[in-house]
Amino acid sequence: MNPGAPPPESLLPLPPAVFHILMALADEDRHGYAIIQEVLSRTSGEVRLSAGTLYRSIQRMLDDDLIVEKHDRPAPELDDERRRYYGITRFGQSVAEAEAARLTALVKLARASGFVPRKA
Amino acid sequence: MGFYRALLRLYPASFRAEYGDEMCAVFARELKATNGAARLGLMTRALVDAVVNALRVHADITREDLRYAVRSLRRTPGFTFTAVVVAALGIGATTATFSIADHVLLRPLPFPESERLVKLWQTQASRGYSRLEPSPPNYLDWKRLATSFERVEAYSGTAATLIGSGEPERIAGQRVTGGAFSVLSRPAAIGRTLVESDITSDQNPIVISDRLWRARFGADPNVLGRTLALDDATSVIVGVMPPDFIFPDRETDFWRPFRFNRQTGDEDRNNNYLAVIARLKPAVTFEQAQTEMQLIADQLRQQHPKELADNSANAFRWRDEVRAQSRMLLTALVAASLCVLLIACTNLANLLMSRALARRTEFAVRTAVGASVDRVVRQMLTDSLLLAGAGGVLGVLLTVVSSPLVARLVPSSLPIADVPPVDLRMLLGATLLTLITGIAFGVLPALKVCRKIDGSALKEGARGGTSRGTERLRSALVVAEIVASVVLLVSAGLLIQALLRVQAIDPGFTTANVLTLRTPLPTPKYELTTTRQQFYARVLDDVHALPGVTKAAYISFLPMTMRGGIWPILTTATDPDSPGGFVPPDPRDQRSASLRFVSPGFFEAIGTPILQGRDVGPGDTLDTQRVAVVSRSFARDHFPGQDPIGRQFAVAFAVRTIVGVVGDIRVRGLERESEPQVYLPSAQQFDGQLTFYAPRDLVVRLSVPSATLIPAVRSIIYQADPQQPVADVRTLDEVVSLETAPRVVQLRVLGAFAAAAFLLAAVGIHGLLAFTVSARSREIGVRIALGARPRDILRMVLGRSAVLAVIGVGIGTALAYAAGRSMQSLLAGVEPANITVFAGASALALLMALAGSVLPAWRAVRVDPLTATRAD
Repeated sequence: MNPGAPPPESLLPLPPAVFHILMALADEDRHGYAIIQEVLSRTSGEVRLSAGTLYRSIQRMLDDDLIVEKHDRPAPELDDERRRYYGITRFGQSVAEAEAARLTALVKLARASGFVPRKA
Repeated sequence: MGFYRALLRLYPASFRAEYGDEMCAVFARELKATNGAARLGLMTRALVDAVVNALRVHADITREDLRYAVRSLRRTPGFTFTAVVVAALGIGATTATFSIADHVLLRPLPFPESERLVKLWQTQASRGYSRLEPSPPNYLDWKRLATSFERVEAYSGTAATLIGSGEPERIAGQRVTGGAFSVLSRPAAIGRTLVESDITSDQNPIVISDRLWRARFGADPNVLGRTLALDDATSVIVGVMPPDFIFPDRETDFWRPFRFNRQTGDEDRNNNYLAVIARLKPAVTFEQAQTEMQLIADQLRQQHPKELADNSANAFRWRDEVRAQSRMLLTALVAASLCVLLIACTNLANLLMSRALARRTEFAVRTAVGASVDRVVRQMLTDSLLLAGAGGVLGVLLTVVSSPLVARLVPSSLPIADVPPVDLRMLLGATLLTLITGIAFGVLPALKVCRKIDGSALKEGARGGTSRGTERLRSALVVAEIVASVVLLVSAGLLIQALLRVQAIDPGFTTANVLTLRTPLPTPKYELTTTRQQFYARVLDDVHALPGVTKAAYISFLPMTMRGGIWPILTTATDPDSPGGFVPPDPRDQRSASLRFVSPGFFEAIGTPILQGRDVGPGDTLDTQRVAVVSRSFARDHFPGQDPIGRQFAVAFAVRTIVGVVGDIRVRGLERESEPQVYLPSAQQFDGQLTFYAPRDLVVRLSVPSATLIPAVRSIIYQADPQQPVADVRTLDEVVSLETAPRVVQLRVLGAFAAAAFLLAAVGIHGLLAFTVSARSREIGVRIALGARPRDILRMVLGRSAVLAVIGVGIGTALAYAAGRSMQSLLAGVEPANITVFAGASALALLMALAGSVLPAWRAVRVDPLTATRAD
C-alpha cells in the first residue's frame, strides 16, 4: 500500500453502494454492468445499483484509490471495447475489511441489546 | 438510446466524457432485457437516477473545486484580500443603494393588498398645487359620492402632552375617522383598532403605538383599559399596534377618533387640513377612480363656485407619494453604485486575468494529465464565485452597518420604516448581485486563458507573456474604470457645488449662537390669550435675566419647521360682507401670505433686519389697534411704489394696519420660494381662535455657546409650569442644516463612491502596468542592452498610461455631462457643464493615472538587462 495513503478508517462508514461494489470486486475484476449483475445476485435481487449511482461511486472510488481501472482485458470474442474493467486495490481491500469489522462490532452490540434474534 | 444520451447531458461534460459510453452500454443491456410496461418503468427509473446522480456529481466536483480554490487562495493572501475587499465594495455599495431604492420606490407598502390604497387630494392647477388637503365638507362629499372605493377615510395630525409619571412629554398622534383602520386592514397586536362606533363613544378610546406601549407602559400585556392623560383629557387604551405599523408617519404614537366640530370651522369648505386615504374596490382600476374623482370635483365646483373656484380633485397611488427630488436622489445613487460595481468588476477581472495568466503552466499541467478544458473553466469560475461570495457576505455586512447612515434618504411621506429591512428579499438581491459579479469577472479571464491552454505553456523558457488581444482587453477594462471614476468624480463635484450654493442661500436670518426649543401650550389650559401671555412674559423675563442672553422671543413656528400656515390676504375695499369691506383683487389670483404670531423682540432674536417702521411692541394688545409687521416682498406685492406703513389689509378675521417692514425669511426652506410673510403680535390673538398659531417656539440669541444655557432655560420653563413639556431643543444652525441634510447624506455617499472608484481605478492602472512591465521585462532588458536610456523606458511605460488616461477622461467627461444633465433637478441651478468641476475631475483622473504608473515605471527603469535576458 502507498505509505502516504490515509488510514482505512478515515473513509468509514462507507456508503452502502461503495461497500457493495468492493464486495463485487473481491474475487475478480469486473466491468460496470457485471458489477451491477454481481451485486444483484449476491443480494438475491434486493440491491439493484443504478447506472448513475454506480459510475458516480466508481469515480469517487478511483479518486480515493479504492479501485483501479484494469488494462488486462478478456479474449476479444468475449469483450466489448466500450467496457472498462475495474479491480480492487490493496487499500480498497483494507478499507472493506475495516468496514466489515465496524459492522460486525455494531451487530455484536445490537445482539447484546437483544435487537438480533438468537439462532434457533 | 437518444433518450438516455439526452439524460446524460445533465452530467458535467468531464463525467460524461469519462463514463457516458459505458453508461449507455449498461442502459442498452438493461433495455434489451425488458419489454412492454417494464420498459416504461426502466425509463422512469433512468430519468430519476440521472437527475439525482447528476446533481450529486455536480456537488462532488464543486466541493472538490472549492477545496482546491480555498487552498490556492490561501497561498496568495494579498491577492485574496484585495479581491474580496474590491468585491465587497462593489457589492456592498450596490446592495445598499438598491435596497434603499427598493424600500422607497418599489416595495409594496406594509398593508394587505396595498396596491389598492390611494390618497385623494384637492388640486388647484392655476396656483400649481397638485396636492391640497381637502376640507371636511369636501371630504364628506367625496365619501358620499364616490363609488370607486370600498372606503374613503380621513385623518389629521395632532399632538398632545402626555402627563403622568416622569417628565411631561409631547407626543404626536392622529385623529382618524371610524373606518381608517379598515382601509389599512392591519389588526392591532393587542386589543382592537378604532371602529365607527368609537366616533360617538363618550369613553375617549385611544390606540397606541408599540413604541409608546414599551416606553410608557413597560410593554405591559394588560394595558387594555388603562388610561392615558393627554393634555387635559383622559383616554382609555383599547389597542396597541404592532411594532412595524407605521401610519401615516414614523412619529405617530397614538390614534384617536376624529370628531368634526362646527365651532372650529369644520363646516368651512376652505378649511383645508385633512389627509384622505381610500381603498379601491377590487374591480375598479386606478384610472377609473381618477376619472371619477375629477367628475365629482366638477360637480362640487358647480355647487360651490365661490369656494371651489378653479379646484379639482385627483387620486394618487399611495406608493407613489414620493417627491421627485427624493426619487432623483435615489436614482442618482443607484447609478453611482452601479459605476462602483462596474469598476470593482473590471478590477477583479483584471486581477483574475493576471492570476490566470500566471497560472497558465499549472492549468496546462492539469489538462495534460487529463483534466478537460471545461473543468479548468469551472475551477476558475469557482475561484471567482468564491471570492465574490466572500465579498458578498462582507458587502451585506457593510450594507447593514451603513443603512442607518442613509436613513435621511427615506422620505417621511410614506408609511415605511426609516431603515430598509434586512430580509429575504434584500438577501436574494445581494445573492443575485454576487452571482452576477462572480460570473462577470470570472468568465472573461477563464475564456481568455482557456483559448491559450496548449502545450506552449509547458515549453521551457515560456513566460507569462501576453498576446495583443489580451492586452487590448485589459486596457479596455482600465479605460472603463477611468470612465466610471470620472463620471463619479464629476457628479460628486457638481453636487458639492450645488450644496455650496444652497448653503450660501441667505435664509433671511442669522444662525450663529441661537438656541431654539418648543413649548407647545395645551388647550384648554392655555386657551385664553392672557394665560398664554403670562406664561410667555414669565419665561422671557427670566431668560433675559440669564447671563449671555442677548434677546429672547416667541413665534408660532420657527422658519423651515412648518411650511404651512398660509392665509389669503384681502386688500381691496369693495365687498361689504368681508371684514372691513375687503376682498381679494380676483378670486383666481388669491394672493396669500405665511402667517405667524410673535412676541416683541422676535426679529432681533432671530437676526432679521427691521427695514422700516417698528417691531410689534408690548403696547399692541387686544385693546389697541390691530397691527402687523410684514416682509419686504409683502409690501412690494401689495403696495408697489407706495409707503406701506399705515396701510391696511385683512387677514385671519380682522383688519390689520402695517407698522413695520422686515427682511424676507425663507419660511418654506432654503430651496423653495416662500410666500410673503405677515407677523401679528401674540397679544392680539383672539381667545380660543387660531390656537394652532399660539406661539410655541422660543428663540434665544446668545453671546456665548448655546449648550451651556440649556439646563437653565429648561428649569425656567419648569418653574413657569411644571407640566409643560420641552421639545426639539436645538440650535438655529441645526434647524437650517436639516434643510440640506438629505443633500449632505447623498453627497457623502456619492463622495465615498467616488473616492472608492478613484482608488480602485488607480489600483487597476497600477495592476495593468505592473503586469505589462513584468511580462515585457525581457523586451525592456533587450532595449536597455541595446542602449535605450531610462528616459526612453519611462516614456514607454508612462506613455501607455497617459494614452489610457486620456481616452478614459475623454469618454468619461462626455458621459459625465450626460449624467449631470439627467440630474439637473438636484443641482440647485449649477450648470451641468461646470468648468471648474470638469477641470478638477479630469486633473484628478490624470493624476490618479500617473500615481498608478509610478511604481511600474520605476521597476521598468530598474530592469537588469542581464537577468532579464539570461533565461534565453
